Amino acid sequence: MQFKFSLSSWQLIAWTTGLGLSLPLGFLIFESLQSDPQVFTHLWNTVLWDYIGNTILLILGVALLSCVIALPLGWLVAYCDFPGKKLFSWALMLPLAMPTYLIAYVYTDLFDYAGPVQIALRDAFGWQSPDDYWFFDIRTLGGAIVMLALVLYPYLFLIFKTALKEQSHKLVQAAEIMGNTPVQSFFKISLPLSQGAIAAAVALISMEAMADFATVSYFAVSTLTTAVYDTWFGYYSLTAAAKISGIMLLILFVAIIIERYSRRNQAVFERQTQLSDESLYVLTGTKAFAASAFASLVLLVAFLVPVLVLGGYAIDYFEQAWNSEFFLYAWQSLKISALVSALAIVLSLLVVYFQRLTPSPASLWPGRLASTGYALPGTVLAIAVLLPLTTLEEGVNQWLEPYDKAPGLFLSGTLFAIIFAYVVRFYAIAHGSIESSFSRISPSLDMASQSMGRSARQTLTSVHIPILKRGILTAALLVFIECMKELPAALLLRPFNFETLATHVFQYVSDEQLELASVAALFIVVVGLIPLYFINRSMEQKH
Amino acid sequence: MTAQLHLDKISFNYGERAVVDNLSLHLGDNEILCLLGASGCGKTTTLKAIAGLLRPHQGVIRLGETILCDDNQFVAPQHRNMGMMFQDYALFPHLSVADNIAFGLKAMTRVNKTNRVKEMLALVHLEDCAHRYPHQLSGGQQQRVAIARALAYKPSLLLLDEPFSNIDHQVRFQLIADIRRIIKDQRVSAIFVTHSKEEAFAFADTLAVMHQGKIAQQGTPQQLFHHPRSKVVAEFLGTGLYIDAQKQDDYHFDTQFGVVKSQQAVEGSEKSGQLYVRPHDLQLIADESGPVTVLSKRFVGTEYVYRVRVFGQELEVPVNQPEQEFLPGQKLSITITSHAVNFFTA
Repeated sequence: MQFKFSLSSWQLIAWTTGLGLSLPLGFLIFESLQSDPQVFTHLWNTVLWDYIGNTILLILGVALLSCVIALPLGWLVAYCDFPGKKLFSWALMLPLAMPTYLIAYVYTDLFDYAGPVQIALRDAFGWQSPDDYWFFDIRTLGGAIVMLALVLYPYLFLIFKTALKEQSHKLVQAAEIMGNTPVQSFFKISLPLSQGAIAAAVALISMEAMADFATVSYFAVSTLTTAVYDTWFGYYSLTAAAKISGIMLLILFVAIIIERYSRRNQAVFERQTQLSDESLYVLTGTKAFAASAFASLVLLVAFLVPVLVLGGYAIDYFEQAWNSEFFLYAWQSLKISALVSALAIVLSLLVVYFQRLTPSPASLWPGRLASTGYALPGTVLAIAVLLPLTTLEEGVNQWLEPYDKAPGLFLSGTLFAIIFAYVVRFYAIAHGSIESSFSRISPSLDMASQSMGRSARQTLTSVHIPILKRGILTAALLVFIECMKELPAALLLRPFNFETLATHVFQYVSDEQLELASVAALFIVVVGLIPLYFINRSMEQKH
Repeated sequence: MTAQLHLDKISFNYGERAVVDNLSLHLGDNEILCLLGASGCGKTTTLKAIAGLLRPHQGVIRLGETILCDDNQFVAPQHRNMGMMFQDYALFPHLSVADNIAFGLKAMTRVNKTNRVKEMLALVHLEDCAHRYPHQLSGGQQQRVAIARALAYKPSLLLLDEPFSNIDHQVRFQLIADIRRIIKDQRVSAIFVTHSKEEAFAFADTLAVMHQGKIAQQGTPQQLFHHPRSKVVAEFLGTGLYIDAQKQDDYHFDTQFGVVKSQQAVEGSEKSGQLYVRPHDLQLIADESGPVTVLSKRFVGTEYVYRVRVFGQELEVPVNQPEQEFLPGQKLSITITSHAVNFFTA
């Protein structure tokens, strides 16, 4: 369909949004190609290769460990019947709500020399000093890998479980009739058929692992994210920070290519229209026990223990943690998150509607450009946002200086920077969610409305928005929650004396005093649980 | 009051492919015209061009004296005052039946709107459903709401895009009759798009068979069925058998089944060609050396239908004389009853 009339204003809005939100990435790529002999060369000659090595080891370790945890669990939940299966099929998603710095803090506290585990061991065996025994140190690269895998494996679990349920049971049954054991048919049938889904999920996990700032910073493991942070706060060199970010962009690019490619391959396989909920195998005896025990262990370690410990802190330190700071920062986070979700929704509605008005390959570009911010790690995003903002500020200040009216850091030094960064980062969530809601509205509704005398704008307000109400609310909620949880960009961009709930909690994590912010920490976990409901639902409804 | 619609040499391309190709069409007052054709022939594109939902790359569309579209001007769909009924009805799910019907009523007082909605609900016999929502209605009821909504604001032309394809076969023809009555009551011209010749015969005053982006032939259903001007039209409207024939004069044709007499003069100087004979003008007779082979037979209640092969063509022929019964594999011949013949020259 073509509308060759009164398009200009829609076009203008869509392209302005697309270009505006992709500005940071554009500046980042440009800046990372500039030469910066001092800081970057120094880093390059000294520590940068260690950082790159650590980052790659971190990504590989997290990806591998996630597979070890998630693949057996996904298969058990999708194909087997064992005690607690129903519970585990959703409860194993819960760790996604746990910020990595919280789980890292809790386990550090538990496994430290002064922590309850080592004390108990010393009491039991009569050891006197650290020289008497060996105990692992959690604040290492290996520890960071375990912590990250414990909260990131649910992506793979969810995607693999769904992929298995999409495959017809008849394929596995046919393999078994032809003489394969369940384990053989898992490796010969289920795993190859889910290859694309697994690769996509692992790519996603790798991106998240690379983006992590809080855990590696807390464990003092130097990776590229901490390098970006230190370069900015240590040397105030945006160019050097941009160049390090550029290295991360390259890794990211590889991960995105793998993810896209795998998804495309996966689309080739025949899917079932309905998810099968029946179990192929009924486990009994020791097998059933082993299955339940494994799932329980993962759930316990990745979610229940940290939540219980945080809950314990909150009860013990309630007087100190339930204080005016908590309310102040919660309120500040809330305001910013609400504003960002409103902006993201309005912009994505306009851009998606523009796509609908002019269905052509070209009209998809504003949305694509606007969504480029989503894959950026928080630290990289912060640097990317600072680049165009400081450039603009410099220009304005130079221009107004002679009149003595130079406004200073009116963008990068104010809340504008954080809000802009969040819109860049989370626009894609709103866009995706609204786009999929829009696609469920039959195009003939648009035509009906137009044939009855409504313009495109009137059709949007009187037909689409009322129908989309639920989808819009869901999208707004998802953006809101992501804003509440976001940490690294806020750490880099927050104005002086401004804290969000997440930066507030992380401050106490760094100061080894999480007890005093335990109510805020629990609050972040609870807020993080909300989107899991939607993720689970959209996975079940995909068909 | 409705106006006449003229389409003059309309063309529309998707990329390189011409979907509508130099198409011209005329629709008279209070006429129901059916655009009939196989899927992909360009009929829905033509309908959208009339509605203004897409702009033809070439040609002129005129409604009465008003130019809707030519090289220089284009009236947006919301300013064309056309009613449109969609295959999926396109009822707004967030609005009640009454609000759906009132959607196109603008610049009217509240009282007038209410009255008009009531009037339309009565017209489609849905007085009790005013406050229900579309998902609470049956398919047939939804369809009646759709027609009421499209007629409520007195459009100058009603467009229907395959409106019956989602309706069960048993009730389809009753609904077609109902909707035809409603359209005729409201004295509105209508264009109706379908790929089903049965629906077209039941619904339309005139038929326009579309093929490859062009109108192959336009006329009454009877004209098109009995006097197709091309093989495309002949085959689209029903099955038949091609038989080589030599023309003796305007009324007589030599075939290998004897001389066929036409009830109407066939003009033209070309002597050799083919007759296209509909099954009901054929009679099967037992003949050991005949060119017809019985492939199968099936009993359909009032008669047998034989599937036969003649000259490499396969055809189903009904036979309603119970004393005549043939067996699969049996050889037969044919006699052709006198009728107004279709003679196609190469």
